[in-house]
Amino acid sequence: MTTFAMWALLALLPLLAAWLVQDAGAGGPRRRLLTAVLAAAMTAVLVAAPQLVTFSQQELLVFLMINVLMVASYRLLALTGEFSLAHVVIMGLGAYASALLAKKAGLPVPLAMAGGALLCALAAFVLSFPLFRMKGFYFLIGSFAAGEAIRLSWKWEQLRGLFGGPKGVKSIPAFPDIDLGFAFLDFFDPVTYYYMVVLVVAVCLAVLWRIERSPLGLAFHAVHWQDRLAAAVGVDTWRIRMLAFVVASFFAGLAGALLAHYLTTVNPNRFDVDEMVYVLIWVIVGGTATVWGPIAGLVALTAINEVALREAGAEALRPLFYGVVLIVAMLFLPGGLETLPKRLAGLAWRRQRSA
Amino acid sequence: MDLAIFVQTCLNAFYASSYLALVAVGLVLIFGVMRVVNFAHGELYMAGAYALFWVFHQNQLPFFLGVAVAVLAVGAVGLVMERTLFRPMRDNPLGGLICSIGALLILQAGAVALFGVRKKSIPGPYNESVSLFGVESLTISGQRLVVIAFAFLLLAALWLFLRKSRFGWALRAVAQDAEAAALQGISITRIRALAMALGAALAGAAGALTATIVPTGPFMGHPVIIGAFVVIIVGGVGSLEGAVVASVIYAFVNTFVTTFWDGVVADIVGLLLMLGVLVARPHGLFGRAERA
Repeated sequence: MTTFAMWALLALLPLLAAWLVQDAGAGGPRRRLLTAVLAAAMTAVLVAAPQLVTFSQQELLVFLMINVLMVASYRLLALTGEFSLAHVVIMGLGAYASALLAKKAGLPVPLAMAGGALLCALAAFVLSFPLFRMKGFYFLIGSFAAGEAIRLSWKWEQLRGLFGGPKGVKSIPAFPDIDLGFAFLDFFDPVTYYYMVVLVVAVCLAVLWRIERSPLGLAFHAVHWQDRLAAAVGVDTWRIRMLAFVVASFFAGLAGALLAHYLTTVNPNRFDVDEMVYVLIWVIVGGTATVWGPIAGLVALTAINEVALREAGAEALRPLFYGVVLIVAMLFLPGGLETLPKRLAGLAWRRQRSA
Repeated sequence: MDLAIFVQTCLNAFYASSYLALVAVGLVLIFGVMRVVNFAHGELYMAGAYALFWVFHQNQLPFFLGVAVAVLAVGAVGLVMERTLFRPMRDNPLGGLICSIGALLILQAGAVALFGVRKKSIPGPYNESVSLFGVESLTISGQRLVVIAFAFLLLAALWLFLRKSRFGWALRAVAQDAEAAALQGISITRIRALAMALGAALAGAAGALTATIVPTGPFMGHPVIIGAFVVIIVGGVGSLEGAVVASVIYAFVNTFVTTFWDGVVADIVGLLLMLGVLVARPHGLFGRAERA
């Protein structure tokens, strides 16, 4: 019961946040109060969550938080209007790079993680030259080709010495323990790791939010909706798309690094196109107008999948469930889940008027 | 290199290009008329293979009846997809694509639910090898010859249909300029349904024909759709003839690299080929720049 309530709260809070950011009136003390209450509630739920659930669900919370970073960074690129199919491979690149930097080059794990993320940013910069000659469907398929070619090189037998072939890299150094004097942090414990990931992700979301609110963020929107006009008034649209891709890839790489040093093993199949499809579905079902949309999509679908389907013993139905949800969202909820509170409020308001 | 091995590899490549062309031509047909890239096309191919498995293997009915059932059943699946997904998404080109990803997942889950995850190998009716040109070492299984012959027949029939029949003319008119076609009194809605049914049926035929050669499983469409994407990009997204030519090119490159080097390298080479064409011609080899 507590588990169920916790998951329901986890799924509900981002939806309310999306509503607050978008629609719930402009400014004023009432809005500030609501924001404060919501932030407090979110903090409380995030802190309490791992204490309320079983061990396997504690692990799940770690993966969930890593995926929050994935969908939030994916949305940044989606802001410029381009849908990439390489994002999960970039995550894998961060995972492999960080794992190898720590294991083969002997770097301390936090440094290796930063190195992995930076390498992803660099890879995105290089990939920008071929990929941003394309738009729309051609970009989608071009990013798939580039990503899949990178992923297959990890599988290639002749590079087995470096990437470990289809079995991947094993015994990656784990995140080192920290003795704070008053507390001993053992990151082998999923709860400790979870708290660290929550902190890292919170900082990343704040950075992403700052970027979106900066002039650069406005340029992302301009490139999406009016790219010829933007180009005509002197915006270098290639550069804007490149910057969005580089920043999104940096955070995807960090997400991969966080995953690698938690699992202590990575393999090519973890980053295949099926996984990419799930990221795409979370983002589209959630909606991309605010950063809370993709997060709401991710948490709601994960909650239903992991709690409802697993309880019913119907985990094999996951693809069916995701496929149906995607189609239903596309057909009947074009703005995604984040528009749901507003729609419901509008419905209630209309009923009140007609009564 | 031994000449016999070389010719044998050519034969294998020829077989691979024949069914790939069926899949890719259907994909091009759908894109040409509807401006939708059907990501579920590999799963339509998979559905065709399972239709044959059900008719021919489970019910012991004739092989060609199985192919016919696959063509009709998968064509019907295509019609359903058109009606429920692509028609409401008419004004949203990426929307149709995203909906087709949903259809992909549903079809895969359906195959798992109906037939299980395990791959099936179906013994074909024409499995004995045939020696070609009287050379002992140069053989091809009868089953593969059937695939090649059928691909030829179906592609020729499609070509005749598009060039000679009124429906074919109407279909090409819609592909060229939908609004102008509508002004001539052509029902775009019916032509779109026709294109989707035809494209799906071709994928179903390819699946049924190859079901006795490759193991039939819920995820068998995956490598096929990747190959088909390479083919439609290299061949030019709107061009049927280009797709056939590109199928032959891709299948030869892929088969030769796989035979003489490594399967993973062959996949990477195919993807880089596609990427190269996209970089040189961001809208595909024969595609035109579209208005934003």
